[in-house]
Amino acid sequence: MDRFAAELAALAVPAAAAGPRERPGVPRQHILLADRPDGTVVRNGGVVVKAHARDSDHAALSVRIRIAAAGPLDGILLAPLAVTAPEGALTTLLRGRPVSAWPHGQPVDPERPEAAPWEDAARLLARLHRVPAAVLPGPVPPMRGPAKVARALSRMAAAGPHPQAAVVLAAAARLPAWARGEAPAPQSAVLCHGDLHLGQLVRHPAPDGPWLLIDVDDLGLGSPAWDLARPAAWYAGGVLGPEVWERFLAAYRRAGGPAAGPEGADPWPELDVAARALTVQTAALALAKAHAEDRGLDDVEQLMVQSCARIGTLPPDLDRGTAS
Amino acid sequence: MQCPKCHAMMHTYNRSGVQIEQCSGCRGIFLDYGELEALTRMEGQYGQVPPPPAPPAYPAGQAPAWGAPQHHGHGHHGHGHQRGFGRMLFSS
Repeated sequence: MDRFAAELAALAVPAAAAGPRERPGVPRQHILLADRPDGTVVRNGGVVVKAHARDSDHAALSVRIRIAAAGPLDGILLAPLAVTAPEGALTTLLRGRPVSAWPHGQPVDPERPEAAPWEDAARLLARLHRVPAAVLPGPVPPMRGPAKVARALSRMAAAGPHPQAAVVLAAAARLPAWARGEAPAPQSAVLCHGDLHLGQLVRHPAPDGPWLLIDVDDLGLGSPAWDLARPAAWYAGGVLGPEVWERFLAAYRRAGGPAAGPEGADPWPELDVAARALTVQTAALALAKAHAEDRGLDDVEQLMVQSCARIGTLPPDLDRGTAS
Repeated sequence: MQCPKCHAMMHTYNRSGVQIEQCSGCRGIFLDYGELEALTRMEGQYGQVPPPPAPPAYPAGQAPAWGAPQHHGHGHHGHGHQRGFGRMLFSS
């Protein structure tokens, strides 16, 4: 483990002391869970410490983490631990990167995505979307979904020429400017996760506590359709079977989620823009990663590029004036 | 009239006295009350071809206009699919 990760792991000690179920003591074996520019994550016993992106908006991140700690999010978002000392601050800095600490939770088994808790995810999102923004610590920043579309397109461009990049760009051109992060998003008072996928769910307390959402880096006010848009894009592209999609959608609606219209209605007028945006984001990142790893696209990545090809060639009368 | 599935314009055609709405975008066909029966009756006059199944009140398997074709009956969780499938479902 490199020095940065070791220093990060050391920060788990005061966090562990602060946690209600942890005692201070000799740190156990550190495990590096992720090491990317946008998040280095180390587990040390029952504590997970995360160094966030160097270029993250520190003030906004601090609000996001305080929201995760706030009472109205209890049972929806995993609550952070104090990272500096018992009763201490929720964030600190390590070599210029903001750091937060969290109790360890049991993630979804990546070997068994078919056994993923789709209904739990849907219910948690429905509850999240119904939390009144007025009761939250603030100022609540915007949800970062559209910014991530922009970042994915930049990564694709920076990776160098790819024969299928034009297909992704043509689909991106059919998005409204706000969905590409190029204009302010429509006003919203709905709290959104901003980056839902199956890695964003844990059981806490591990191994069999209730499911909770994690990773608040993109949390904020925005279009709640964004949180349904990744599964929607997977379904529309043929990655996710219709039965799984319908289970997810039905559970969300039954729990009172506001993003997809009432039960029985066609959800796509509500979901279309966000699902296209996530299709573009996923395909752009797939091209960037394939380029960096000097490999071809795998079959599900191909499906997302094929979705882009269909989006880019939609007849204009099916576009509902969404392009800009 | 707008298509309830994809919101493109619907065009009205008259076939043997039966009014049929067809979407200019997704080509979906919508029939009003009693029109299916009228068509079935006429078809019965041609021969022994069984009548088509009744169209659902709403297009089955709602999907966007740009959705993958032949969405149903995919082997989504086939073994060849598994690695990329898992990777995509777990990553930002």
